[in-house]
Amino acid sequence: MLKFTEEHEWLEVEGEIATVGITDYAQNALGDVVFVELPEVGAAYEKGDEVAVVESVKAASEVYAPLAGEIVEVNEALEGEPGLVNSAALDAGWFFKIKIADAGELDDMMDETAYAEFIEGLD
Amino acid sequence: MSMNNQGRPTSAGAATENTDFESFSGHKGLRLAEPLIFELGSTETTGVDVPEVGEFEMAIGGLERTSEIGCPGLPEPDAVRHYTRLSRRNYGIDMGVFPLGSCTMKHNPRLNEKMARLPGFGDIHPLQPKSTVKGAMQLMDELSHWLCTLTGMPAVALSPKAGAHGELCGVMAIRSALEARGDAREVILCPESAHGTNPATAAFCGYKVKAIPAKDNGRVDLEALKEALDDTVAAVMLTNPNTCGLFENEIRDIADAIHAAGAFFYCDGANFNAIMGKARPGDLGVDAMHFNLHKTFSTPHGGGGPGSGPVVFSDALKAHVPVPFVVKTDDGFDLVEDADDKSMGRLVAYHGQMGMYVRALSYMLSHGSDGIRQAAEDAVLNANYVLASLGDVMTASFDGPCMHEALFDDRFLKDTGVTTLDFAKAMIDEGYHPMTMYFPLVVHGAMLIEPTESESKYNMDQFITSMRGLAGEAKGGNVDRFSGAPYHAPWGRLDETQAARKPVLRYSPEE
Amino acid sequence: MRYLPLTATDRQAMLDKIGVRHIDELFKDIPNDVLNPEIDLPRHKSEMEVERYLSRMAAQNTAAGSVPFFVGAGAYKHHVPATVDHMIQRGEFLTAYTPYQPEIAQGTLQYIFEFQTQVAQLTGMDVANASMYDGSTGCSEAVMMARRVTRKKKAILAGSLHAHYASVVETTTQFTDDVIERLAPNPANPEAELQAAIDAIDADTSCVVFQNPGVFGSVLDLRPLAEKAHENKALLIVVLTEVMSLGLIESPGEMGADIVVGEGQSIGNGLNFGGPYLGLFATNQKFVRQMPGRLCGETVDADGKRGFVLTLSTREQHIRREKATSNICTNSGLCALAFTVHMTLLGEKGLRGVSLANHKAAVDLRDALKGVDGVEVLNTTFFNEFSVKLSKDAAGVVDALADKGILAGVPASRLYPGAGLDDVLILAATETVSADDIDALVAGLKEVL
Repeated sequence: MLKFTEEHEWLEVEGEIATVGITDYAQNALGDVVFVELPEVGAAYEKGDEVAVVESVKAASEVYAPLAGEIVEVNEALEGEPGLVNSAALDAGWFFKIKIADAGELDDMMDETAYAEFIEGLD
Repeated sequence: MSMNNQGRPTSAGAATENTDFESFSGHKGLRLAEPLIFELGSTETTGVDVPEVGEFEMAIGGLERTSEIGCPGLPEPDAVRHYTRLSRRNYGIDMGVFPLGSCTMKHNPRLNEKMARLPGFGDIHPLQPKSTVKGAMQLMDELSHWLCTLTGMPAVALSPKAGAHGELCGVMAIRSALEARGDAREVILCPESAHGTNPATAAFCGYKVKAIPAKDNGRVDLEALKEALDDTVAAVMLTNPNTCGLFENEIRDIADAIHAAGAFFYCDGANFNAIMGKARPGDLGVDAMHFNLHKTFSTPHGGGGPGSGPVVFSDALKAHVPVPFVVKTDDGFDLVEDADDKSMGRLVAYHGQMGMYVRALSYMLSHGSDGIRQAAEDAVLNANYVLASLGDVMTASFDGPCMHEALFDDRFLKDTGVTTLDFAKAMIDEGYHPMTMYFPLVVHGAMLIEPTESESKYNMDQFITSMRGLAGEAKGGNVDRFSGAPYHAPWGRLDETQAARKPVLRYSPEE
Repeated sequence: MRYLPLTATDRQAMLDKIGVRHIDELFKDIPNDVLNPEIDLPRHKSEMEVERYLSRMAAQNTAAGSVPFFVGAGAYKHHVPATVDHMIQRGEFLTAYTPYQPEIAQGTLQYIFEFQTQVAQLTGMDVANASMYDGSTGCSEAVMMARRVTRKKKAILAGSLHAHYASVVETTTQFTDDVIERLAPNPANPEAELQAAIDAIDADTSCVVFQNPGVFGSVLDLRPLAEKAHENKALLIVVLTEVMSLGLIESPGEMGADIVVGEGQSIGNGLNFGGPYLGLFATNQKFVRQMPGRLCGETVDADGKRGFVLTLSTREQHIRREKATSNICTNSGLCALAFTVHMTLLGEKGLRGVSLANHKAAVDLRDALKGVDGVEVLNTTFFNEFSVKLSKDAAGVVDALADKGILAGVPASRLYPGAGLDDVLILAATETVSADDIDALVAGLKEVL
């Protein structure tokens, strides 16, 4: 199940684990990503907490936890190859996996079609 | 007649076509290639006299450094050549117009350098007996007097090392004063157009930063400010003239509103060049303001420092100034080095940037009260001349007049395919340092031009001709002239993405 | 006015173009009643007049090079080759801005890259930044960086740390929730000073700051301190106020430092009554993104040619604003250039040689003082500076010797008033001290003690 937030994050949900990254729209707006600061495995977050930072040459943007939960894995490949966020935002450029505390928080999120409409409205 | 058969050709000859060849040396005429010293020198080479020291028993507790350090040396002739070659890759005020907005790149008189190098200033130790540095204390006192008089403020802290350090000093004084009266406040208000140092400084002192909205005319929205001011606000940090190059015309109402809320008015003095000798911040309700001696008073920028950031204070804050400071005594001067209960403490080891104090005082003495006012007027005149001469081909962000810098935005480049960055890089091909771009953040694709008082009308006219020409080229669709610019600089555009993705921050021999 | 190029004719023509009659129409936003105030300051002066005025002021000061000179305590008189000052006065360096336009600033950027490398080599660390304001502000930045890295609040400042440095740390952290534990100086027993620092470390400690050589001159092996710090997941910050010592003594990196901060003045820079100086700041690769200050990195240009740019600037205030690692917006550019030019002239060979000559001068001074009644040398180890206990108040002795034209050192009471160190004097002897200077000091001390 693929979900999207208004903060331009995507979540691929499998059981109680969600894999989270930023959308193609977001990576395009950021420009060349040069660094991603990832959370620590085991850390717990509430929805809306600052969980990661994604940096381009001239900007640093916070990534907020799309839902509450505990970090179970981070994408260590981004450390050596932050450009994956640009080249493969929706798969190899994922940021972290989070164990979902409250699946109800997924209900407010958009599906792919709704997100496409959402960004259409932004331009 | 006698024949001179040594005649060499003296005409220029015909232009040749194929000149785009690589030289055998890697040099290109006067563009001399130069590797890193680590690729040139050796650890066995030195360019200094090594003192001869006989055998003796060392007293370093057996901690002798036996591993290789790795720093190569060069013989003196090669060292001179190495750094001379590097220098020629730089643009400086000495070479041409440097219209970098918000940075006040004015002429750096060499008299200042000469004065700072007098042994009585350059070769004295900060902790030698005070009886042997009477002239140094006098110089600090005179500089303090000039800064206080020009601003109409009663006290000054000289020691901050740069503008941002001065901001820290100012905000710490504000917090000290608030704590002394038992008033815990948590917010500092800054406009969105502020220098990044303002919010960084406020956060550093434990304050939350809230934005003050601006009006369409580029100035603070007084009514919105009044609404935001309550008993949680510690201070308002404002740059005046502001970063759009405009004087806050409601400044006294702003100051009154700040004081009515029990808050303090911090003025970022980065743009003091526009008003020195014309108006005193002390008459406008300012509680603290830092100077950038390297901007306003011509101590050199030096490729990024050292700066110097003295701060003037109102009566409400002066008890909290950091040590050290000079006081007058019956028989001369004394240097107070130990903080009392009210002083915020000490911000630097020793006494601050003495070398910059000498240079700044040399500038002020040279100009005098009359020349300082004239310099401000000329700086403002030059900026308005730019505004008036470019307003029809570029888009000015606000109605004039401006103060010492003219702000344009990228509306005139709409649909040309040329960005502010491209336009700036094309200025390099014209022989100019680019203006400040993408700052302030409140206008799109900002271009901030500050000519300073150091430019003659001839220089201004040449510059204006270039800028008009570039604007015409951009609108005429000659995108190539911009998109790859600069073409005539020693280096092309550099790959900042690569530098940040895989940082190489030092030379390593194995590469 | 010789620095203002516009003529009266120019000004009129420009006002005409702008469409105003009088310059003050351009200042119309300034409230009229405060415009053009009386400024009670002298009018402009000629170059000759300014030179005469300031030269007379300077002549009231006693220049270090004109007398026997033993003053140190964090700022040192060394010989700086004439080439250094010549290079930093080239207009392309002196009058350049921060190298934000790398296409026309490769000169500045390359020397910064060289500087960063030299500082890293000297300190035995992985990376160094483009410099801080000075050693003391660098020290407080290091304490704050340790907090970011460890997410702990307690910093321990050892007794060996220069009093001004400790005060700067205390002042700049007074409005944060950092906890600063400042240990007492102990010039008579540096090993106890070290042990006190080791004992103070606990699980809450973010960093321990130790100066080596210490402010009283002693040189210590910091490995036990590094070990205890690391056991407690704290950082060891080593402070150097005499960077010349690195030509003779093992580097902080070799002793286990996590951050090294130093005052770089000794190489390339004059005494200047305390500034401008330059802060050295080095650390290990893994902490790079928590470093404050400017960093220069290697890259290529559009044609693939090697070049340099300022990089990792998302840490800095102009991008990160209130979330920046520091509010610092400058480095000590020209002072760093002076450092680099001097280092390039020295090379490892020259540095080791000059460093050794410093130590020899201090050893000679110590030996000479052994024969003076009322002087007890406190140090067993030192580089070019050590402390003595006098039979009289040290400040009075220094003043009496100054009257005789000898600048004899720093009374400990100037740095530590009220700490019971009134009889302690800190004496430095660099390569600039001659045998005659030492004889003069010994003779002077015999007279005043």
